[in-house]
Formats: sequence, structure tokens, C-alpha cells
Amino acid sequence: MRHALMQFAPVFPEMFVLAMVSLILVVDAAASDGKRYLAYLLSLVTLAGAAFLTLRDFSTLPVLTLGGLFIDDPLSDVLKLFLYLTVAVVLVYSRDYLRQRGLYKGEFFVLALFALLGMMVMVSASHFLTLYLGLELLSLSLYAMVALQRDSSVATEAAMKYFVLGALASGMLLYGMSMVYGVTGSLGLGDIAIALQDGTDLRIPLVFGIVFIVAGLAFKLGAVPFHMWIPDVYHGAPTAMTLFIGSAPKIAAFAFVIRILGQGLESQVSDWRGMLVILAVLSMALGNIAAIAQSNLKRMLAYSTISHMGFMLLGILAGSQNGYGGAMFYVLAYALMSLGGFGMILLLSRAGFEADRLEDFKGLNRRSPWLAFMMLLLMFSMAGVPPTVGFYAKLSVLQAVVEIGYVWLAVAAVLFSLIGAFYYLRIVKLMYFDAPHDAVPIAASPDARVVMSINGLAILALGIMPQPLMAVCIHAIRASF
Amino acid sequence: MLNNFLSLVIWVPILAGVIVIATGSDRNAALARWLALAGALLGLIVAIPLASGFDTTTSAMQFVEKAAWIPAFNIHYHLGVDGISMPLILLNSFVTVLVVIAGWQVIQDKVAQYMAAFLIMSGLINGVFAALDGILFYVFFEGMLIPLYLIVGVWGGPNRVYAAFKFFLYTLLGSLLMLVSMIYLYFQSGGSFDIQTWHTTALGMTAQSLMFFAFLLAFGVKVPMWPVHTWLPDAHVEAPTGGSVVLAAITLKVGAYGFLRFILPILPDASHEFAWFVIMLSLIAVAYIGLVALVQADMKKLIAYSSIAHMGFVTLGFFLFNPLGLEGGLVQMISHGFVSAALFLCIGVMYDRLHSRQIKDYGGLVNRMPVFAALFMLFAMANAGLPATSGFVGEFMVIMASTQVNFWFAFIAATTLIWGAAYTLWMYKRVVFGSVTNPHVEEMRDLNAREVLLLGVLAILVLAMGLYPKPFTDVMHVSVVDLLAHVARSKLP
Repeated sequence: MRHALMQFAPVFPEMFVLAMVSLILVVDAAASDGKRYLAYLLSLVTLAGAAFLTLRDFSTLPVLTLGGLFIDDPLSDVLKLFLYLTVAVVLVYSRDYLRQRGLYKGEFFVLALFALLGMMVMVSASHFLTLYLGLELLSLSLYAMVALQRDSSVATEAAMKYFVLGALASGMLLYGMSMVYGVTGSLGLGDIAIALQDGTDLRIPLVFGIVFIVAGLAFKLGAVPFHMWIPDVYHGAPTAMTLFIGSAPKIAAFAFVIRILGQGLESQVSDWRGMLVILAVLSMALGNIAAIAQSNLKRMLAYSTISHMGFMLLGILAGSQNGYGGAMFYVLAYALMSLGGFGMILLLSRAGFEADRLEDFKGLNRRSPWLAFMMLLLMFSMAGVPPTVGFYAKLSVLQAVVEIGYVWLAVAAVLFSLIGAFYYLRIVKLMYFDAPHDAVPIAASPDARVVMSINGLAILALGIMPQPLMAVCIHAIRASF
Repeated sequence: MLNNFLSLVIWVPILAGVIVIATGSDRNAALARWLALAGALLGLIVAIPLASGFDTTTSAMQFVEKAAWIPAFNIHYHLGVDGISMPLILLNSFVTVLVVIAGWQVIQDKVAQYMAAFLIMSGLINGVFAALDGILFYVFFEGMLIPLYLIVGVWGGPNRVYAAFKFFLYTLLGSLLMLVSMIYLYFQSGGSFDIQTWHTTALGMTAQSLMFFAFLLAFGVKVPMWPVHTWLPDAHVEAPTGGSVVLAAITLKVGAYGFLRFILPILPDASHEFAWFVIMLSLIAVAYIGLVALVQADMKKLIAYSSIAHMGFVTLGFFLFNPLGLEGGLVQMISHGFVSAALFLCIGVMYDRLHSRQIKDYGGLVNRMPVFAALFMLFAMANAGLPATSGFVGEFMVIMASTQVNFWFAFIAATTLIWGAAYTLWMYKRVVFGSVTNPHVEEMRDLNAREVLLLGVLAILVLAMGLYPKPFTDVMHVSVVDLLAHVARSKLP
């Protein structure tokens, strides 16, 4: 009996989150309108509790459980901790925004936590079925979140697009998985890796399957040419949802890619590397160039996401532990920057006013020098200028690319990031060089300001002392592979 | 005795900058100014032991500090100076004090941010000169762009946005390619970002050539060399006086310094192979840019072009591969730091009174501002390379050195004595002499005590260096000879 229970130990955080989500659903249904903060507080408690459970059972070695469906290794634990952190920051940033727009309801918190649960499953999956299960749980929650503002036609349109394209991507992914299953006779990532170790006679179906899997992954990451949904969804969704979509799911998507390509299909690196090179180059090119033309900050950051995902792919396509570690560092750094970037829009917004146009940032240095400085750090970090964490993120993936001899790819990447620097600099220009045209005081709540300050300063601190985070990433990758 | 003066020269100004910015709004402007001055002076004081304790008999790195910084990539916090970098740190710390004083009254808007930007930049530039780890160097090298971008963009002239973007993106282009080269060197050297390890890493000719051009672009843009110089006149014209002074006196030296720390010792074979190319670009800068300077109507632009021409001398001297040329280039760097700083301060003095930088708006200044006219005369002469001023020493050494290599190099280089005299003195004549035509010039007051102090100190330095340059060359000599011996050895595997 005790033994049977012990196999659930690695899944305690997930079980806890699920139980709490159900509780929040019930509590919120019973609570009156004035007690909405209960759901908010309970959500934060959930995150803290899950973090406690994950830390308590922090694994030093991979543990496979639930009959090989679920893996608990340092990689998943580290990523989960960052997921909790990211979601918590999202909740703090978006509270006032949601309240002002009548979205401050239990549904938001329930959906956010279900999405979190989906991401946790993705991060810990060691089997195609669990991977898919987690992905769909995440995706369905996100579709609903985007559509939550139901009177907004833009948001509904965005949700529609997201749903249709997301379903298509899931279909492609499933199709690819079924091909791989046909070749290897297995759905478990570990078994697939073993089956493919010594090569296979069924090369063509295998490569065919890999193509579909990579296409599906590229959809979820938003890599060019599978990126079309990103700008529309980021732009159309209420900013709080954009903040959510733009941060935590990137971490989960990284885990998803690394599990499938890095662990399951590791021996086929020569097959998928070429595909990722194309995806990465196209993403960096289109993301950076298209971002220049945007006048809406959410859209601009959407294109910037595309280019950042291209950069992150550089680390993965290296196919080495250094590369995976670099990509992990990149994605965590990116989540931090993305939180800050979209969070700043939320902080500057107020009832009836969305601060999502570029002009809304004009003269921010006069209105609030401190927030302007935080945004400055965020922008330079996204541009990859030291001393901010974004520089080391770029450094670590570029290093992985040069290590496998793709110097040309590194050169292409830095040239595209030069183009990217232009539009990040433009934000700094608007904040510092221009006069404000909006004299209304910034109404951000104190706790959101404090979290934003920590967020911005973390970008600087990790830029001056990147070693701790880098060591965590490298350790997590080494111990899990 | 404490031996971490290099850390101090980097972090004292940066910390001072953070403290200054904490004073906040313009209500505390006076406090911000005094704090900034204290910070700048303290930064200069902690730099003095570098000079007094410097051992001129060795080319080894001195005041070395080394600590693990990012062990994951074998990156170290590794500092040290030799005879090439030490004078530049002193120059930078000194110029920072000038800049703070120069902005004392002129800057009335966002004083704390202005002063803090300069102090932080000063610390970062000291870091560039002191870093012995490639990534540490890169962090300082790139990091200094941020304050400079803000200085040009926030306190600059009407076309400041264009200038700030152009300057930032130009320099970023060069440095990003350098970053890729550095990562490549990391793998070639067996996993090290240590610059001195790179000095001994064997490299094939193709790799050397490609990296040569990557580094050349990175540092050539900063120097700036023809034809990637076009950002400099724009940035200079739009920057506030302090920004121009730092740009001309310091940031251009960062580029030249990169040649000596990276290109020559890491890529000696490619340096020899493509020396003709750099020499050609340098001579174009000297001759052609000199002519461009001649036709400028804006004084700041004129001095900016003159800076490009003078920096052409520096790069020319470096690629002649003899001690005289290299030392000449270095002396020219220091001298140009003083002279260009002084000239930009002079233009600042005039601009503060008349709010124009156009030569045609002036004329007859000597009638109203005799003290200013005298000092301005000295700096104009130094810019033209008159003997007994610092401007002469470096140019003369480089011309001497180029005669040893090729008569025509020397011939073209020597034309600078004509162009330099022509554009500087002609500008001087139109601005200072003649009769007063502009009624506003009638109202201009002569220098105040603060301005006399600024320009007077620089005048003394310019003359001292012109009359007795030996202390400067003594500091450099051993390092220069050793560098050239190193460059003479092939690194081909």
C-alpha cells in the first residue's frame, strides 16, 4: 500500500494544483462579488504550496513513475519552479487591469491554474501521451482565456484564430507522433530513444514523422513560417492574457521541444537540425524586420517573441548539452523580460485606457523615472546589450552554435539582432528623448510596482552576475540527460 | 598595501553615478553637481596610484586582479594594465572631471541624470581599458553605449535622435561581429576567454583574415576610420559639449586601443597581410577628410572631421610595425584627447553665449574675449600640429616612421600639416579676427573663472606634452617594443 502510494510522490505538486483549482472553483462560485480576492489569494497560495512540494522533493536523479508516463528530474523541477514564479508575477501584474475591465473573476484564476497544470505535465512528460495531454490542457485553457472578454470582438477573433490554428498544429503533432510510433513501436520517449539508437530500416516514415513533429512544435513556439497566429493573438487578447501567453508557456514549450527532440529523437539530430536551422533563421529575420513596422507595442513584442524563439532554437539545434543549457537559460531570461515588457503595459494602463501604443510610452522618464529605467533595462536586455541578462542569453546560444561549427549561423543571428536593436532603441527613445503627451499620473498599485522593480533589477543583477542561473541550467540539463 | 586600484577606478565612478542619480529631481541640482564633482575627483585620485606605482621597466600586466566570474564559460573578472592602457585610464579619469565642470551651468535639465550618465560611462570606459578577459571587455565596451546613447539623445541638439540611433547601431554592428570572433577564439584556444591566452593561440590564415575584418569593423567604427566614420560628425554636432568632449577624447581611443590589444597581437599574420589596407584607409582619412573639414560651416563638424583625420594618424602609426610609429600613434591618442577636448570646450564656451555653432555667425571675438582668443589660439595651433605643442609630437613621430617604410606614405601623411593648418587656422581667423559684424557678438563676455580653469589646465598639459614628451613615451616604451616583438612572430600553425 505504502509502496503504491510512493509512486505518486513525484506527482504531488500536480495533484495539489488540481485539488486547489477545484477548491477555487467552488469557493469562487459561492463567493459574492466583493470577495473575488479570495480566488486571487488562493491562487497565490496554490503556487506557494506547489513550490514547497516541488522543493521538498527536489530530485537529483531522474525518477520515472506512473508506468513510464511521468518523469521527475532536475530539469522538470527547475522549470516548474520558474513556472510558479512566472504565473505568480502574472497574477500580481494583472490584478488591477482585470478588475478595471470586469474580468476579475474566478474563471481567470481557474483557467490560469489549469494552464499551469498543463504546463507542469508537459514539463514532466516522458511519453507522447502525457506530452499531448499536457499540451492540450494548456492550449484549451489559453483559448478560453483569450476569449474571456466576450464583448470584445477583437479578443473573440483572436481566440478563434488561436483555436483553429492551434488545433491544426496539434493535429500535425499527433500525426507525426503516430509515424514515430509506427517506426519504433513505442510512445515512451525513453523506449523511442533506445529503439532508434542503432538506426532503423524505416528511415522515410521516421523522417516524415519528424517533419510533422517539428512543424507542430514550430506552431506552438511560433517559429516562422508557423507564426501567423502570434501577432493577432498577442494583439487581440486582453493584455493580461497576452502577458500570460507570452511568458510561462514559452518555458513549457521549451521543455516540450527538449523532451521530444533532445530526449526521444536525440539520435536523429542530423535530421531535425537542418529543419531547426531554417526555422531559426526565418524567425530571427521575419520577427526582427516585421517588428520595426509596428506601432502597437503588443504587436511589436509579438514579433519580438518570434525572433527570440528563433534565437532559442539556436541552442536546441546545437544538439549538445551546452546548447540545451544555453537554450534553457535563454528561455528563462526571455520569460523574465517578457513578463516585464507586457507587465509594463499593464502598469501604465488604467480604467478605459490601454497603454499599448508606442506613443503611450512617450516621455515616461518625466512621468516616472524609475519605471522608465526598468523599461530601459528590459529593452536593452531584449536587444542583448550588456550588462543585462539578455546578453548572456545570446552569448550562451551563440557559443553553442559556434561549437558545432556553424559560425555563419552565429553571424546571421547577430546581424538580425542588430536589426532588432533598432526597435528596442526606439522605445528607449520615446521614453527618454520625447516629451510626454499624457499627464495623467500612473495608477499602478504598490505591489505591482514592487514586483516590477524586482523584475527589472533581476535583469540587471543577472546581467552582472549570471553565474547562478547559468549553473542551475547547466546542472539541470546535465543531471537529466 | 591595497592593490585593487583598477577595481576602484572602475567602480568608484559608477557608484558615484548611482549616488548622484539617487538625488532625484532638479530641485536638488546643486547637490547633484557637487556630488558628481566629488565622484569625478575621487575617481581621478584613485587613478593616481596607477601612475605613481607603475613600473616602466616591464611589459607585463600590472595591478592585476583575477577572480572567477562566470565559471560556466570560464569567464574571469580579470583586470590589469600595461604601458599602453595605463595612460588612457588616467586620461579618461581626468577628462571626466573636466566634463563635470563643463556641464556645471550649461545643463539645467535633468542634472542628476546627466552627471550620473557621465560618471557611469567613465567607469565603464576604465573597465574597457583594464579588462583582460574578452567577455569582460565586451561587457564594458557595449555597456558604455547605453549612457552615451542617452547623453546624445536626451541633451543633444535638434537632430539628436537621428544621431543617437546612427551612433548606436553603427557601433553595435561592429561589436556583434567581434563577439562572434571572440566565441570562435574561445574554442580555438581550448575554452578560454583570456585575452593573453588568445595572444598565444595558433590560428590559420583564413581564420585570422576573417577575424581581422570582424575586429577591424568593430574597432574601425569606433576610431572611426574612413569610410565608416559618418556617425561621428552627426553625433558630435548633436551631442552636448560634455558628450562631444568624451566622444572625441575618450571613445575614439577605445577603438584605437582595440587595435593594440586585439588585432595586432591576436592576428599578427593577418595584420601584416592587410597592413596595406589599413594604411590606405588611414591615408585617405588624413588627406581626404582633411579636405572635407576645410569646407565645413559648422565648427563642431569641422573639429569632428579633424578628429577623424587625426585618428588616421594613429591607425597609420600602428600598422607601420616599428616602435616609433606605434609610440607616435599612442602619443597622438593622448594628445588628441587633450586638444580635441579643449577645442570642443572652446566651442561650448562660444555656443553657451551665442547659441550657434556656425562659423559665419561669429567674427571679431578677439575684441570682446581676449583671454578666450588667446587660449583658443593655442589649441588651434596644437590641432594644426605646431611644434612645441602636443599635437606636433605624435604627428612628427608617425611621419618619421612612415618615411622609413615608404616615402609616399610619409608624403601623403605630411599633407596633414597643410590641411590641418588650413582648416583650423582659417576657422580661427573667421571666428576670432576681423571686425564684429554680428551685434550679438558685442554682448559676449569673456571667460569666467570656471572656464579659465578648464581651459588653463588643458593648455598647460598641451604645452607640457609638446615640450617634454619623454615621461609619456617612457611609460609606453617597453610595452610597445614587446608588442612589436610579439607581432613579428607568426602564429600560423
